[in-house]
Amino acid sequence: MKGIAGRAKKYVEVVSDTSEEGVVTPLEIIWDTGVHYHIDRVLDRRQAHSLKTGGTGMRYTVRVGNTTTHLWYEGPRWFVEAKVAAMPEW
Amino acid sequence: MRTDRVVLHVDMNCFYASVEMAENPQLRGLPVIVGGDEESRHGIVLTASYPAKRRGVKTGSALWEARRACPDAIIVPPHYGLYMRYSHLARTIYNQYTDLVEPFGLDEAWLDVTKSVYLQGGDALLLAREISERMVSELGVTVSVGVSWNKIFAKFGSDYDKPDGLTCITPQNACSIVWPAPVRDLLYVGPATGRKLNHLGIYTIGQLAQADDELIRRTLGKMGSVVQAFARGEDESPVRPYDPAVRNIHHVVKGVGNGITCPFDVEDEQTARQVIWLMGESVAQRLRAQGLAARTISAYGRDFATLASRSTQTTLARPTQLTSEICSTAADLLAADWDFAHGAKVRGVGVRATNLVPAASAVQLDLWGCEEQRLRMLTLDKTVDALRGRFGNHAVRRLSELSNPRLSALDPARDNVVHPISFFA
Repeated sequence: MKGIAGRAKKYVEVVSDTSEEGVVTPLEIIWDTGVHYHIDRVLDRRQAHSLKTGGTGMRYTVRVGNTTTHLWYEGPRWFVEAKVAAMPEW
Repeated sequence: MRTDRVVLHVDMNCFYASVEMAENPQLRGLPVIVGGDEESRHGIVLTASYPAKRRGVKTGSALWEARRACPDAIIVPPHYGLYMRYSHLARTIYNQYTDLVEPFGLDEAWLDVTKSVYLQGGDALLLAREISERMVSELGVTVSVGVSWNKIFAKFGSDYDKPDGLTCITPQNACSIVWPAPVRDLLYVGPATGRKLNHLGIYTIGQLAQADDELIRRTLGKMGSVVQAFARGEDESPVRPYDPAVRNIHHVVKGVGNGITCPFDVEDEQTARQVIWLMGESVAQRLRAQGLAARTISAYGRDFATLASRSTQTTLARPTQLTSEICSTAADLLAADWDFAHGAKVRGVGVRATNLVPAASAVQLDLWGCEEQRLRMLTLDKTVDALRGRFGNHAVRRLSELSNPRLSALDPARDNVVHPISFFA
């Protein structure tokens, strides 16, 4: 993708719901800048490895606005494959 | 001989290195070595990735040797917490197929899928492939799987095609796959047994299987018949699920031991005794935690120059789980075996308690013994155990340990991780 040098594993703050049965559902991602990203829908939930940044855990495929992205629950932390901006060419 | 069982042996390839690569994808495809800390003299290769192995790096060799063989190798320190987590996640996957999962170390396991193979329409290979694919997609590590009717051939199968292999050994193809292999490839044929068999002109597993029973038994003793049965595929040992919470008859603890490679050479008797006390204390603590008492105490030392180790042991008049008895016995043994006054130096020291009996079993007392004193000591030991349980292993420490700053950094009870490593229960 243009302007992206790669991906980095980034731990994020997440507001989640834990049901009586112990099912964890993420509701909101809070970026370190303080911006809140509301999760509209959880599309998929499965144990998976992150090929781009490494690490493993319960992977949630989530819909945030127009974007579909992955969010990992590494227990007890959450991480995303954050975009790393490319250095501008001079 | 039962040949209707379906046993899988799953082996995670270059486990420590694979986990490091799964956590840090930038390491993929590079010569990666997971090595111990050289400063504290644990500088050996714990695991090497395949690119490093191809360049001649061997597991167990010193890191300086590995660097010479592969100068551009990336050496990373071990992260045991991470390996335990991956091992646990792998077992979670295995347990979704069968409850009969027997771990063999952190990275290997046997699965008895005789009953659950029907989940895949009775095709064991399909089931093995599914497990292999799940390990890659869910954990990011590759595995080799061996499928057979017994545990020994399943293990042989997983070693046969690495990495990411899948080998099925059936009664029909065993003669063409297993039998031509060198006899050393068989589980429990180590260097010494291998040498003895070679002297008899037995070089392959097939030759061992076809050899005269009496000759093998006379040469190797009881184990001879066992390895010969292994070679013939006659192993009927069940896959025993391991549950640390249940110490059942299948997992009888045969000994409790603790050893250390010291960050410094032990040159005098006093330091040797201090290290022995440190090790022995953790041994006694574990004996008490498991409700066991030991009759035999052994101590071993490893020479600083030759790295050869030797041990001595003694059997006590009555079983004990007292820290003071275990430690002083072991310290006396070591001091008698190594002549520190005349230049003996040891690099590693260890204590082992064997010949175990339940602590609650009846004991014959003697007329002159001071049983009251022993009971008081036991109460003291148990109180210290309870304090350590609540506040950590460093909550209560011996003066000898505190007075030697080089020893105070060691925490044998915390650093000791016990893995099931023996095939025989």
